[in-house]
Amino acid sequence: MNAIAPSLTLVVVAGFLIAAGVYLLLERALTRLLLGIVLASNGVATLYLVVSGPAKGAPFVGARPTEEMSDPLPQAMVLTAIVIALASVAFVLSLAYRQWRITGSDDVPDDAEDDLIKRLAERDEVSSTYDPDTQSTTTADEEDATA
Amino acid sequence: MTMANLLPLPVLLPLLGAALTLVARHKPRTQVAISLTVLAASLGVAIALMWGTHDQGPIVLWLGAWTEPLGIALVADRLSALMLLISSFVILVVLVFAIGQGVADGDEDSPLSIYFPTYLVLSAGVSNAFLAGDLFNLFVSFEMLLFASFVLLTLGGSGSRIRAGTTYVIVSMVSSFLFLVAIAGIYAATGTVNMAQLSLRLPDIDPTVSLALQLMLLTVFGIKAAVFPMSAWLPDSYPSAPVPVSAVFAGLLTKVGVYAIVRTQFLLFPESPLHTLLMVAGLLTMLIGILGAVAQPGIKRMLSFTLVSHIGYMLFGIGVASELGLSAAIFYIAHHIIVQTALFLISGLIERVGGSTVINRLGGLAATSPILAILFFVPAMNLAGIPPFSGFIGKVGLVQAGVTDGGAVAWTLVVGSVVTSLLTLYAVAKTWSYAFWRPRAEEGSDQTFEIPMLTPNFGRLSDAIGAVVAHERPATPISPPAASQQVDRPMPPLMLGAASAVVVFSIGLSVFAGPLFSYTDAAAQQMITRDAYVKAVLPQEVP
Repeated sequence: MNAIAPSLTLVVVAGFLIAAGVYLLLERALTRLLLGIVLASNGVATLYLVVSGPAKGAPFVGARPTEEMSDPLPQAMVLTAIVIALASVAFVLSLAYRQWRITGSDDVPDDAEDDLIKRLAERDEVSSTYDPDTQSTTTADEEDATA
Repeated sequence: MTMANLLPLPVLLPLLGAALTLVARHKPRTQVAISLTVLAASLGVAIALMWGTHDQGPIVLWLGAWTEPLGIALVADRLSALMLLISSFVILVVLVFAIGQGVADGDEDSPLSIYFPTYLVLSAGVSNAFLAGDLFNLFVSFEMLLFASFVLLTLGGSGSRIRAGTTYVIVSMVSSFLFLVAIAGIYAATGTVNMAQLSLRLPDIDPTVSLALQLMLLTVFGIKAAVFPMSAWLPDSYPSAPVPVSAVFAGLLTKVGVYAIVRTQFLLFPESPLHTLLMVAGLLTMLIGILGAVAQPGIKRMLSFTLVSHIGYMLFGIGVASELGLSAAIFYIAHHIIVQTALFLISGLIERVGGSTVINRLGGLAATSPILAILFFVPAMNLAGIPPFSGFIGKVGLVQAGVTDGGAVAWTLVVGSVVTSLLTLYAVAKTWSYAFWRPRAEEGSDQTFEIPMLTPNFGRLSDAIGAVVAHERPATPISPPAASQQVDRPMPPLMLGAASAVVVFSIGLSVFAGPLFSYTDAAAQQMITRDAYVKAVLPQEVP
């Protein structure tokens, strides 16, 4: 356990990186999402530096007294996390490339189902068992009247 | 050889298989043989482990022979052994289905060499998640199964799959970041990530910190399990995948999230103030999920929404937090894995026989294929909770737990679960009657039937339906090319056999519900008392 107070600088850096990453993750273009993933994952990795406490000697058994060693466990974890983040970046990059090959841009397209619901709302359609209100002046009625 | 040495096998065997199938990527037959052997062996190991844990309590293995609290522990207790057994079975059967589909479509030369290795990695990730004894290992197993699922979901790289895959990938990555932040927080607060050690140390830390950590973990697992406010990604992404892929996703991946919720809630935070929150989330998940299902014209989308909805039942049991509730929740997880997988596989068969999974385009399947009708009917009624099937028994267990709890929220959940059950019946019965019993559409006629659904009249919207059809049926190597008319292709015996095996297994769960319920009672008791688990992992720290 770390009795020593955590480094404020590292916490601020981590917070800033994650905030910037989340902002980019809210974008629509895949390349920006990719940058968001890079920033956020680096921010999370920085958090592990906070957790491992101040830098000390390499933790080899018998090389130095235990108090002078760094905590190796967060470092092992963050290494794993960095490798996984690398793989994520590679995968999202390939997704973005594929998207660009298919649609000519790397924006995430709309969902077909959302489209359907939107069209229904625009047409203001009702169930076939519904008794239509003749007084209303929706666009669907106008279309029916002109047809 | 002791039982403990079997523990890594369900993870190592599929990983080894993945390596071998990658090497043999130009020899599809060898790939099939390796995958089948490896997964059958994992199933055997899972059976042995289930017998072992039932016989001698939790089994623990410290990997690499590190001294006790330092290394990585694999733990199998009753709950993990049951999950492992069911998941191994599902993974094996779905593989058989996928092989049947590939062989029938003459895909032996198409570039699907990546399917088997990825599928095996997915299997290793799922097994590892059930066996993980520490949070970081759980994180790693999530990443294993997620990356495998990314590849499987975007298989073939068609436009709709890339679109669905993007949502899925980004949502999963955000949850992974949050998981890492939670693990960093837990390590900073307690100095360990081993779950047994955490269960001893977490009561000593500041309750506010503990609550924050618990909320973070719940959010992470809630995203994986598709709990209501975080469930929107699921019905969007699963239906666009190839059938064998979405079947195994629907059956297993969300349940891994639910398993993680059970494990962390009961082992790490037994005195949780969040039980009411879980119950409310369960209620909303049930109702909003099933309302989505009722409105769907596509069978696969409808099934995805019922999947979300029925996650709510499991949260109900977890939120009640009594032994009875947890036992019923575990029973429900086992039942739901099997039934959901069966329904997705059968939707694949319907797609094959009927040429579509949109119910407006289907009809007369009962005459075309009576076997398919029976195969659909049994799990559909099981899902809706009609007696005597296991879905009914699980729901009765949950309702009983809710009534015993007696609180206002619990009673609301009891009512909500019954309403959800009825709406599920409505959704599947609609599919049943339209796809199987309606007279079949004439060849070449454009739109045939006015369907009174809760959604408005789809009959006048054939263009929009076309968009959904295209979305549900992307042309890819693994599923047959789109055909707009009924095609009446015969069902390949392997696909039919695999789907029947899952349906028969689900009937088996109903027949042997008594023994299974006494097993889940024991599992729930083991989870709630925690002693056996902690003592097995850390014999020196616990008196």
